[in-house]
Amino acid sequence: MNNIKNKINVSKKYDIKDNMKNNKKCNIKAALSLATSALLGTTVIVGNVAHAQDADEWQFETAFLLYSEADRVTAGEGIIAGTKTFDNDEILNLKLTVDALTGASANGAVVQPKAQTFTRPSGNGQYVTTEGETPLDDTFHDTRVQLNAQWTQPLADNITGSVGAHLSKEYDYLSLGLNGNLAYDFNKKNSTISMGLSHFQDTFTPEGGIPKPFSSMLVGDSSSVDWDAEFAKTRIGDSENKSTTDMLVGFTQVINRRMITAFNYSYSIVDGYLTDPFKVISVLDTEGLAQDYIYENRPDSRVKQSAFMQTKYHFDDSLFNTVADVSYRYMWDDWGINSHTIDTRFTIPVGKKSYIEPHIRYYQQGAADFYKPYIINEEFVDEQPITGFVSSDYRIGEMSAITIGAKYGVVLNGGNELSFRIEYYRQMPTNAGFTDPSALNRLDVYPVVEAVIAQVSYSF
Amino acid sequence: MKINKLTFEVNYKNHKPKFKLTLLALIVANLTACSSLGVEPWERDLLAKKEMALTSSPVDAALDDHIYFSKEASSGGKSFGGGGCGCN
Repeated sequence: MNNIKNKINVSKKYDIKDNMKNNKKCNIKAALSLATSALLGTTVIVGNVAHAQDADEWQFETAFLLYSEADRVTAGEGIIAGTKTFDNDEILNLKLTVDALTGASANGAVVQPKAQTFTRPSGNGQYVTTEGETPLDDTFHDTRVQLNAQWTQPLADNITGSVGAHLSKEYDYLSLGLNGNLAYDFNKKNSTISMGLSHFQDTFTPEGGIPKPFSSMLVGDSSSVDWDAEFAKTRIGDSENKSTTDMLVGFTQVINRRMITAFNYSYSIVDGYLTDPFKVISVLDTEGLAQDYIYENRPDSRVKQSAFMQTKYHFDDSLFNTVADVSYRYMWDDWGINSHTIDTRFTIPVGKKSYIEPHIRYYQQGAADFYKPYIINEEFVDEQPITGFVSSDYRIGEMSAITIGAKYGVVLNGGNELSFRIEYYRQMPTNAGFTDPSALNRLDVYPVVEAVIAQVSYSF
Repeated sequence: MKINKLTFEVNYKNHKPKFKLTLLALIVANLTACSSLGVEPWERDLLAKKEMALTSSPVDAALDDHIYFSKEASSGGKSFGGGGCGCN
């Protein structure tokens, strides 16, 4: 009996030793994955730990996504990301993103019981919205190229550092960013504290220039002799800048063999031009009929904070070894907006080589203090609205949104993975307590926006 | 009244160290609980699986972040919010 016990103990010891040896790299990579994913989330491709032995080989992940709104914007986005893990556990990640966008976007004006004519943001030409329809500007065309590079490496026994750069360029927009992160593992790498800092510098050069806040949209014959001079009076420049500084503190804790949790707090300061130069707001008479469209104006700074919590749990055989991923984010800012986001995914294995992953996301936000769906002209003092800032952009208004979808993935021969994702996204803007004037009574002031998200991914 | 006050004082005095001890015990218990959370290195079989990574598909996460950044008033939280226009 004792012999058997000893044998078991000895073999156990060897097993553990072997495991520890084999898992050394895995553990380091797992720890790195833990640290970097806690911090960086989207910016670092966390390699499959099972492939940890493939040091010095590139691993690639590619995806194509189609985002299509009913009657509005359609966008296609392609990503190719390569990750190389070096022998000394240094990780290089390079990512190229290309996207193209076309279609129509709400211009901020409110629906009317009559047709409405608007000038395009460039000043060249006009478009007409029929009665009862939400005004949409259909001139959105853009192609964007984005490059990301991230370098992650162990700095000391339990400290991982990472630095990255970001460049994004589209026709009228340039965004440059840098980030740095530190993660400290302790308690046998079951706990990780991480800190990150990122800074982005953006330049916006919209076609037609930067509109003068509160100036009236010029509507009329754009081929007339004095059009250009009149249009120029509604402009204050060609370009504007914006900077974004994000600070993130995270804590990750392994609870047991099946459960891991993460907590993040982030503080973000955005400074500069935060107005949307393509958005106007309707000025209505007391009956609710549009008299004018004026360009919106937002504050030139915004401080956002958020608390994020996530738990992942690996169920056992009785629940098909499903992995549950549940997260909640509370965001609040000094514009008076706060939001709740609940995101839930269940990865359910189907056979040995494939899985299905249902996804439900619920989002709810309150309106910014200066949000108004329209202005009644009585609210003007000296040709400016009573409040210094105003926007009718529904994206900073009160709304809830839901995403429902599923992903199916299959591991092919050689470990390459092919996956498909399809989701339905529905935005439901709501009235934040405004009493509509009579002309709007039978109209849809807060139209629902529906979109389909379809994606194919392949990793090799 | 006097007696009551006295009793209270005595009781209070008696309880003060007890209270401190309880607090200390709670803190210690808490810390111990914290340090007992987690697994040994050879128990990471499930945690090491790709689907147990906090961001199991970074590419999906990047695409989703781009969509929601453009369509909603919130961004970041899990990772950096970052720059960008989000004008359409």
